[in-house]
Amino acid sequence: MISMVHDYWRAFLYSDGYHFTGVAITLWLLAVSIGLGFCLSVPLAVARVSSNRFISAPVWLYTYVFRGTPLYVQLLIIYSGLYSLEAVRGQPLLNEFFKDGMHCTLLAFTLNTCAYTTEIFAGSIKSMAYGEIEAARAFGMSRFTQYRRIILPSSLRRALPYYSNEVILMLHATTVAFTATVPDILKIARDANSATYLSFQAFGIAALLYLVISFALVALFRQAERRWLAYLQPQSPATR
Amino acid sequence: MFLQGYGPALLAGTLQTIQLALLSLLVSFVLGLIGAGAKLSSNRIVSGIATGYTTLIRGVPDLVLMLLIFFSMQIWLNDLTDWLNVDDININPFFAGVLTIGFIYGAYFTETFRGAFLAVPRGQIEAGTAFGMTRSQIFRRILFPQMMRFALPGIGNNWQVLVKATALVSIIGLADVVKAAEDAGKGTLQLFLFTMIAAGIYLAITTVSNFVLIWLERRYSMGVRKAQL
Repeated sequence: MISMVHDYWRAFLYSDGYHFTGVAITLWLLAVSIGLGFCLSVPLAVARVSSNRFISAPVWLYTYVFRGTPLYVQLLIIYSGLYSLEAVRGQPLLNEFFKDGMHCTLLAFTLNTCAYTTEIFAGSIKSMAYGEIEAARAFGMSRFTQYRRIILPSSLRRALPYYSNEVILMLHATTVAFTATVPDILKIARDANSATYLSFQAFGIAALLYLVISFALVALFRQAERRWLAYLQPQSPATR
Repeated sequence: MFLQGYGPALLAGTLQTIQLALLSLLVSFVLGLIGAGAKLSSNRIVSGIATGYTTLIRGVPDLVLMLLIFFSMQIWLNDLTDWLNVDDININPFFAGVLTIGFIYGAYFTETFRGAFLAVPRGQIEAGTAFGMTRSQIFRRILFPQMMRFALPGIGNNWQVLVKATALVSIIGLADVVKAAEDAGKGTLQLFLFTMIAAGIYLAITTVSNFVLIWLERRYSMGVRKAQL
């Protein structure tokens, strides 16, 4: 155990001497996919709850397909499937993009988490209290202003507990990245395992690192909930 | 030729995946019931162990746990057989997969069942006691059927996640549908086609389970009054 920590701690945390590895890569994967997924999912969620079938149905199909198939299979399709197509390899730009494991991983992760996040936000928009929307309409707000001032601030806040769950699940899902040669925490653990045959120690360290990141995220989201969901907390007269 | 001769392999892989998912569901279901019982127990040590189990398992990615358990189990078994001076036993990857996935999702089921047990009104259990039922009778006739009603949405969720997690077992060398699709894709140089087929098979499994879950939900909510909106 000690010797493994001594030999691999740098690779597990941030670098194998040549590239970024380990925790740094895992956090990078998480931050990029969650960030892009969030930006894409807000307009998609608005489209998902649209009363126009032609707008909501494609979004429903997208989330249904991406939530109904494993992320690992999605990554396989994007990383080895698409790149095996002549049409993709023939185009210099596409070839450049899909050749790189990191790009494919980020694309697959973003599309996957965006599908789940869209459903979370759409559900939360649907559960808006109708009085609030009617009040906004009574004030003469346009559709856009309603969303900007009333619907989105309220529904994104109420979605926070479910969203935090999704972020933790996404952290756990980043572990498939090593199948596309991305050097995340698990890739280092596998390298350490095949070099030393100390399986329990190698994967144990990885498990511990993921556990620490999970707990840190949980603590972070608890702070966020305390700040943005304070108005929903039950209050007793004594503490006021 | 059906899918260039890879049809039977894909079919076998699909069956393997379904078997794996169903058996893991069974293991995790039982573990979940035990875990929920332990978590609700008044014995501090028992509930502490159960809390540790759910917290640790749910904080670590399933793939890491799978690799951890799968590889270390084999090494420990080798040590044991060496120590006992008997021949090495190779762990069957299928059963290792079932046990590992069952063990992991047992933690999720524990949380689901715990919440569901708490949702059954206390008076129901007291009424059972008043009728002179034994504890197992109360569990079988009163607690379990009503608990299932509250647990069903959670069970459905866990099942969908569990099915998708079975895709990971190809990484520890099991011949499931993903492995079959990859082999077929490499053999025919049509990786895109075959990985898409694998995705389609998973989509079919989740769609079918959706229908089953809707049916189950209707069955277990028999006699529940719904508010008319």
